[in-house]
This record gives sequence, structure tokens and C-alpha cells, in this order.
Amino acid sequence: MKNILELNNVNVSFHTFAGEVKAVRGVSLHLEKGESLAIVGESGSGKSVTSKTIMRLLPEKTSEIKEGEILFEGRDLTKLSNREMEKIRGSEISMIFQDPMTSLNPTMTVGKQIMEGLRKHQNLSKNEAKERAINLLKLVGIPNPEIRIGEYPHQFSGGMRQRVVIAIALACNPKVLIADEPTTALDVTIQAQILDLMRDLQQKTGTAIILITHDLGVVANLSQRVAVMYGGTIVETGTTDEVFYNPKHPYTWGLLSSMPKLNTNDKELLAIPGTPPNLLNPPKGCPFAARCPYAMQVCVDHMPDASDVTSTHKAACWLLDERAPKVEPPEAALVGGAR
Amino acid sequence: MVRFVLKRMLYMLITLFIITSFTFFLMKLLPGSPFNNEEKLTDAQKFILNEKYGLNDPVPVQYFNYMGNLLKGDMGVSFQYDNRPVSTMIAERIGPSAVLGIEATIFGTIIGLILGIVAALRHNTAADYVSSLFAVLGISIPSFVFAGLLQYYVGVKLDWLPVALWDGPKYHVLPALSLSVFVIATVARFMRTEMLEVLGQDYITTAKSKGLSKLVVIYKHSVRNALIPVVTILGPLAINLITGTLIIEKIFAVPGLGYQFVGSITLNDYPVIMATTIFYSVCFIVVILIVDILYGIIDPRIRVAGGKG
Repeated sequence: MKNILELNNVNVSFHTFAGEVKAVRGVSLHLEKGESLAIVGESGSGKSVTSKTIMRLLPEKTSEIKEGEILFEGRDLTKLSNREMEKIRGSEISMIFQDPMTSLNPTMTVGKQIMEGLRKHQNLSKNEAKERAINLLKLVGIPNPEIRIGEYPHQFSGGMRQRVVIAIALACNPKVLIADEPTTALDVTIQAQILDLMRDLQQKTGTAIILITHDLGVVANLSQRVAVMYGGTIVETGTTDEVFYNPKHPYTWGLLSSMPKLNTNDKELLAIPGTPPNLLNPPKGCPFAARCPYAMQVCVDHMPDASDVTSTHKAACWLLDERAPKVEPPEAALVGGAR
Repeated sequence: MVRFVLKRMLYMLITLFIITSFTFFLMKLLPGSPFNNEEKLTDAQKFILNEKYGLNDPVPVQYFNYMGNLLKGDMGVSFQYDNRPVSTMIAERIGPSAVLGIEATIFGTIIGLILGIVAALRHNTAADYVSSLFAVLGISIPSFVFAGLLQYYVGVKLDWLPVALWDGPKYHVLPALSLSVFVIATVARFMRTEMLEVLGQDYITTAKSKGLSKLVVIYKHSVRNALIPVVTILGPLAINLITGTLIIEKIFAVPGLGYQFVGSITLNDYPVIMATTIFYSVCFIVVILIVDILYGIIDPRIRVAGGKG
């Protein structure tokens, strides 16, 4: 089996006072063993919800997986009981969160927080777990791990805390690591260090990574494949090269255009005008139609299907239909040209 | 830590000195004298008694005499009860009060914590509403109302427990229960708010993502963090309890310190008033110190800051 994780037509809704919010609408994804997939998109596009759905970490009372299956090594995670899911969380699939300042328990030593998962999943004795925790801290590049293991999170800097979070996530050698914006809350220099560390660790451990981010620079750094999300759906997916150098969806063009570039004299940063659709009442056509400069009548009325560009590259856009007018991506979106 | 405690001890002594002085002068402002009730005494006899106890001296002189004796550890003798030393009187009476206070604190805190945790975990359900309603009632209705209700229904109507007096464990239940209502309500309300706050924190999601069971997440990660602010209110609560016993002891005719304290004020029994006030003050101050130390134990961020200071 090549795919370790597979999402097929997953739909997730939140029940709010205002009504049903369809946060994820028909997402299909696959993750191969040891590969790194990035999910990019702006705030509210459904990236984080997708990742929390895989972990089944969404609030039980207000959220619901309406449709679809999440296959992890062939088992459908949506059908597992809470107890079965507890066995998978942290040991088979684990997660790194956005803000290291708040994602560690302030009243527990970092050592204990690392050892918790180890003792639960691998039945290690206290001493074995401690030894393993020290090794993990060493692995993520924390100096003096023997001393720091007994310290509390407030004694660590932001970057060091994120290393601890990574150590916790990697403690049981998970097969899949979901990193939800792991560098967003960090300084730029620390971001680079953490990304280096993650790339390094992936090579060492062979863990497959799902990287959730809105930072295309991070994607280019770490991922072999990219899925672009918008309005709760995946609008384009392909290898990193395909999506960066031959983007097909106008939303991807917009994202790439709005990336700051070093070699231009433009004073202003390009932005995509407008705001993402309200998922309380999602449009029946393409979610990007309202902001898309190339939108046609059909875009408003009908949701486009994903069409194959190559065997690995797919985009859901009516422009790819043979009846559509030929449109070239804007100059600013050409990463290749800028090189 | 040692330095912290020593520093606090010094402040405690200063606080005690101020409380003692204030109480002394306030007490002297009270009309009447300890011997007014004795109608058989002639004015000459009263003068002799006053002279004997130094009550004819100017107030400042009395003050310095009292403080001097206090430093020697002598709290004086009661004017009313056959010249018995005040310290013995307190020692005899403290038992029931302390037992009641401790029972009410422990029972109230445990039940309050459970109610608060359940309310937070069952947020916006019937359990939450019932617990919140109970908390509001418990805080707004004074303890003597519950005391009366318990006496009438449990004591008289159902005849399950003795209505009053102090003669074995059976007699503890009703007064301790009436005292603990306020504790339960306050602790439950605080715990609920804090738990809700903590359950929304990112580190709870981290704990869940490690695959820990619900129970472990609640017990190890949520409760401890939610306890930090709750511990701070235990100090004021304990103080409330001690003042609460003044009334409850009277209602249930418990021969405790509060009962004696209230009596001593109406009788102008100066040494008893002073000694009891000092005793209560020491209790308050020690409770507050213990709370501060506990706070440091629960929250490592404070522990380290204290260690450096």
C-alpha cells in the first residue's frame, strides 16, 4: 500500500446558532509514506479543520463529519471509537500546533509532557521514558537536555518551546505528522531553524508530513506536493514544482502574485481583492468566482470538477474546460519567470 | 523560599501589632464597664475592682501595660469567670470551633470542586444550570438561613439528627453543613469559570493529541491549572468561615470560641475580647501565608520568581 493516509470526499460541518457552517466540502487527499504534503490557503479556507478532522480533535458537540472516509493504513478513522482513536493519536498520527507559547501545559515540566505519550503508547518504565525524552530533546537540538527536561515551559524561549512541541509529536515515531502552521508564531530567523529541523527530522525518521500553512515560502522549503484550499475545497493540487511553475487555478495565481519578490521595483504588494465566501451559506458554484477576474457565468452556477493537467496535477476550474477561452496566468504569478 | 517566609513573618508581626492596638482602643470606646452588670456592687466596691485590674489608669497607660504583658506572653485573666486565665479559656473552647471550621472547609472545598468541574464539563446542560443555580443561592443566602432550615426539616420534622448542642459526631453534621454551603457555592463558581477557561486552552488540545484519555486530560492537565486561581480564594473563604462560626455556634449552641467571643463583647470582658481577637488574627494571617506558599507549589512560574527574589 503506497498511501498511508487517504481522504475521500470528506465533508465537515459545524453547528452554530446561526446555522450549519460547511467548513470542509468534499476534500479528497492522499499522503504517501514518507512524503511531505503541504496544504495552503488563507485563513478560513478549511486547512486546520481538515487536519483536526484527521485527528478527530474537533469539538464533539458542535462539529460533525457529514460524509466521506479517512483511511489510515486502510482503516477508516471516522468509524473508530474514541478509545481506538486514542491509541492512534500521538502514536501513529501526531500533531504540531501553531503557537508554542500556549500549546504546552505551564504547570508540568517539559520532560513529563514528553514522557506522557511514551508511557501511554509504548509502556515504557519511568526511567526508560526519561532516557528516551532526553534523546528526543537532543534530537530536536535543545542543549543540556538532562537539565532542561526538568524545567517548565516558561523557562524556554518561543523557538525552544516549538522544538519541545516537535519532540512531543515525534516521541512515539508516528507514521504521519500533521504540522498546523508550525512557524507562524515564530520570528523569521527561528522559522528557518525550525524548518531546517523538520526537514532534517523527516529525513532521519521517514515520517510523512502534512504541513498546513499560508506561507508559500515554507511550502517550497519543505514539501514535495501541494494542495491549495479555498472555501473548504481543494482547488488545485500537484507537485510543488507543478503548482509553483505551472499554476492552473486563478486562486493559485493570486496567491503566487501576492508573494513579495526580491527582484522587482514594485512598491506595492499585490493582493487578491475581496474576502473568502461565507461557509454558512456557501456558493453553489466555484467558491472563488466572486473574487476571480476571469469568472464566467458557469463559474457562478456550477461547481467545476477537478480536471487532470498531468497525472499528478489537478485543478478545479472551468478555464480548463475545452470550451473555455484561453487565459494566461498574470506576469506576477510566474515564479519560474522571476527566477 | 526560606527568605520569603521570613519576610512574610516580619510583615505578620507588624500586622498583628496594628490589629491589637486598633482593637484595644476601639474596645475602650465601648460604653460600660465589666462590672456594670453586678447590681449588688456599691460604687466603692466597683472602684476597688477597677483599681485592682488597673482600669482607673488613663487609657494610654492601660495600653502600654497590656502590650508589655502581651510581650511576656501574659494575656491576662477574665473579669467574669472567676479570674481564669484567658489562654486556658481559649484553649478549652477552640476544639469545637476548629473541628467545625475544618470539617466545613474540607467538605465544602471537595464538593465545590466536584460541582464546578462537572458544571464545566457539562457546559450548557442541565447539570451546569443546576450547579450554577445552587452556587448563586449559596452565595447570596446567609448561612444562618440554611442553619434554621436544616434544624427545622432535618432536625425537627424528620428527626434524623440532633437540632443543637455538641455531643459526638452526630452533632457536627448540621452546623458543618450550614457552614459549608457558602464554601461549596464559592468554590463551585470559581472552579467552573476556571475549568471552562482552561479547557479552551491550546495545551489541552496538545494533551488530547498525545492520545491521552479524557480522564487523564481532565485530571492531569485541566484541574491542576484551574486550581491555581481557586487556591487564592481559599484564604478569604477560611476567614469567612471563622466569622461564620460566630453565628452558627450561637444557633446550634456549640460551646465554641465564637460563642464565647460574642458573649465577652456584651459583657465588656476586656482580656477575653483582646485575646480572642489576637487569636483570630493569627489564624487569618497564617491561613493567608499558607495559601501563598500553596500557590507557589501549584504554579511553577511563581515558585521560580519567588526563588530569585
